[in-house]
Amino acid sequence: MIPRPKPERFRLRRTMMFMNAQKPGLIKDAYIYGCDSIMLDLEDAVAENQKDAARFSLYHALKTIDYGDTEVIVRINGLDTPHWQEDIRVCVAGGADGIRIAKCESAQDVKTVEAAVEAAEKEFGVEVGRTLLMAALESPKGILNAYEICTASDRMFGVAISGGDFRKCMQTKPQPDGVDMLVARGQMLIAARAAGVQCFDTVYTNLDDMAGYEAELRQNKAMGFDGKSLINPKQIRLVHKLFAPTEKEILQAEKIVRAYREQSAAGVGVFTVDGKMIDIAFIPGAERTLKLARACGLWEGDLV
Amino acid sequence: MVIQKPAVAGTVESSDALVSVEPGDGKIELTLTSSVMNQYGRQIKETVLETLARLGVDNVRISVVDKGALDCTLKARVECAVFRSSDASEKDIPWGGMIQ
Repeated sequence: MIPRPKPERFRLRRTMMFMNAQKPGLIKDAYIYGCDSIMLDLEDAVAENQKDAARFSLYHALKTIDYGDTEVIVRINGLDTPHWQEDIRVCVAGGADGIRIAKCESAQDVKTVEAAVEAAEKEFGVEVGRTLLMAALESPKGILNAYEICTASDRMFGVAISGGDFRKCMQTKPQPDGVDMLVARGQMLIAARAAGVQCFDTVYTNLDDMAGYEAELRQNKAMGFDGKSLINPKQIRLVHKLFAPTEKEILQAEKIVRAYREQSAAGVGVFTVDGKMIDIAFIPGAERTLKLARACGLWEGDLV
Repeated sequence: MVIQKPAVAGTVESSDALVSVEPGDGKIELTLTSSVMNQYGRQIKETVLETLARLGVDNVRISVVDKGALDCTLKARVECAVFRSSDASEKDIPWGGMIQ
């Protein structure tokens, strides 16, 4: 049995890769790909008559396999199915780091799951509050209620949009410029930032179209997403490359933070760095860049 | 547990195993075929018998078609087949108790 450290609510989550919990051949190698989180799936990837078998596989996979630093999240079945309660029991008993609530539409959905998680933590002698939660928003209602979902529990670390179901509801399909989900992505991002939780984009399903994938990733980064859901290991590397701060951004951030500390100590509030106006509003962004750079292994300073 | 009816769990995909159970004649009767029989046959048999013992099953005819499954997969398939044989595989599983 491999003991796992207590999950961190806010950690680096650039890449979250889906794996079918029912396929032993996949799960056993999950950690070698280097994604930040893996998402063991009890929901759509598992056929209706194999839900029970998937839980037995999942339990032993959680207990036996050493995932190292890779975070282990489990996607449970929706609250409108007969499966979710047992899904939660097995996740908690097996020691998963977190649970992804499928088809989440309201704060009440989060609270319902939270109550079942807490009951399971007590049943299996797991520290109450250990198991983290995230929500998948898959419907217009989920997007409209994003803020109340994000703030429904102290266990919530983030929200993700699920493109397949959402586009179906909206009667649209993937567009090269992302216009089909632009508003939904934007609304979810605003809600997540207002609530102080992370925000993840949906999967890109055309594995052969790497140019389209890159374009979507660049848009994700420009919009401010924390990370991306993935369906294949070959999608990991590009996210890590594109989401990492550039050398120029790191140097700039370092300069800004240093200059701000010197200037504010001298009683100056607004000043210029390389010809650009800087005041306190720029500091959180610069600090975030440095933290991300350190997490990506690109910076070793001690400014933040 | 008592094997009440025939039940199956698993697949014959690589790294998996297909386990079938049915009521026995008062003992454990194990039939094993494996793609890695020469190297791991004894270990697979031990894992299956240990799992049955933990589940308190002593009267079963069990067949295992192994395709190079890890121990954790074998356990999962045996447990699932046994729980299915008494219609008990869907809820209130004793995780960490009989299942470990």
